[in-house]
Amino acid sequence: MLKIDYLTVPGLPPVSFDVAVHECLAVEGPSGSGKTRLLRAIADLDAADGFVFLEGIERRELPGPEWRRRVRYASAEHAWWGSSVAEHFPPCAKLGRMLSALGLAADVLGRQVAELSTGERQRLGLARAIADSPSVLLLDEPTAALDPVSTALAEELIKLQLMAGRIVVLVSHDVVQIERLAHRRLKLADLGRYNEWDSAAA
Amino acid sequence: MSYVELSALDLMLAALLLVVNGAISLAFGLRIEASLAIAAVRMAVQLLAVGYVLKFVFAQTSPLWTLLVAVVMVLVAGYELMQRQEGRFRSWLAYGLGNVTLLLVGGLSTLYAVLVVVGPSPWHAPRFVVPILGMVLGNTLTSVSLALQVLTEGAERERAAIEARIALGATRFAAFSTVQAKALRTAITPLLNTMSVAGIVSLPGMMTGQILAGADPAEAARYQIMIILVLTGASGLGALAAVYGGVLLLTDSRHRLRLDRMPPRRAAG
Repeated sequence: MLKIDYLTVPGLPPVSFDVAVHECLAVEGPSGSGKTRLLRAIADLDAADGFVFLEGIERRELPGPEWRRRVRYASAEHAWWGSSVAEHFPPCAKLGRMLSALGLAADVLGRQVAELSTGERQRLGLARAIADSPSVLLLDEPTAALDPVSTALAEELIKLQLMAGRIVVLVSHDVVQIERLAHRRLKLADLGRYNEWDSAAA
Repeated sequence: MSYVELSALDLMLAALLLVVNGAISLAFGLRIEASLAIAAVRMAVQLLAVGYVLKFVFAQTSPLWTLLVAVVMVLVAGYELMQRQEGRFRSWLAYGLGNVTLLLVGGLSTLYAVLVVVGPSPWHAPRFVVPILGMVLGNTLTSVSLALQVLTEGAERERAAIEARIALGATRFAAFSTVQAKALRTAITPLLNTMSVAGIVSLPGMMTGQILAGADPAEAARYQIMIILVLTGASGLGALAAVYGGVLLLTDSRHRLRLDRMPPRRAAG
């Protein structure tokens, strides 16, 4: 279980919620409401007060890299540090199957990042985030640049991850996608209003 | 061997050549004739002053005097290093990093060169320590400055890629590995080029000086080879220490990228 306890992201009121294994929680809210900041704080990419527990272990009990190998943030735009696709992937037996599940040809690993289309990059980025089997997937607009066919394939892969026992926190502007994937929803706008009410009373 | 002393008159004759630059400035309206004159006077005063200070220090027998001069040289080099950072990375931490790197690498390389390679008597003879330390600091300064420049620029430009690797569970050094390699390569390149062209395109400064002072050119060449090798080692070590420290400064103990520790670029003017 992923347990967020009073996590205070700068600019947001403290947030507390749980997400169980096999569960997908959607985080909703207008642009600028802090969805990305919340996901980044959970992955410990930005400093934030409060606690995040994964199976009872608080994030500070583990070295940062170790935590992020378990709690994986996948950004809306995946960045690439090398020129070839292959150097961005750890050796992984299931990789070929995962790539074909996303509708990518097996030879994509031998290509250059610069030759890829936006959609191919996004799907590869998703595969890269999932490849080493992290326990938690924090997915920030995972299908924003994908056509309907690729979106459906990506959603199937996310569902497979849930079946395999992963925890998914999903940020998406696609309400239909949220209905298809998410078991529960968290609305950051509500929290924002709560915050305004709170500060007005103070 | 003949060694010709220069008189004040000789220097004034050399100063006549400055008139050429003054004439260029006037003829083309560069308006740098005053700056030229001031710079020339500064240069002369600074060098003469250093000459007299060194003359005094060389006459002393205590190693403390050598140490004092060495510390001043390191501090000045550290200050110069930060001046070259073009408004980037100029916190006291970064100043400390520059100074510690220069002190450590400059000190170690100089001690190695003086104690192990040259072996003068006494071991702390300022006549050997001061010039070698000066050359080591000058070159380490360049390589450290280049390394930090490439590292900080790379951290900004490659920010998304570095963060992507951090998000995938990389340690800070693994996440920086591409930028690190580029910074190290850039820092070592000047001395690589120096070694390739040494003696062909130009005679290195120290060798020229020794020849002018009447030394056997073959002997001067051996000294120059020794110095270039020491400088190459010092530059590599300096760049390594600077890059290592730079990555530590640009990240925190949770291995998060902390570009906020890099002050914003100074506005032009």
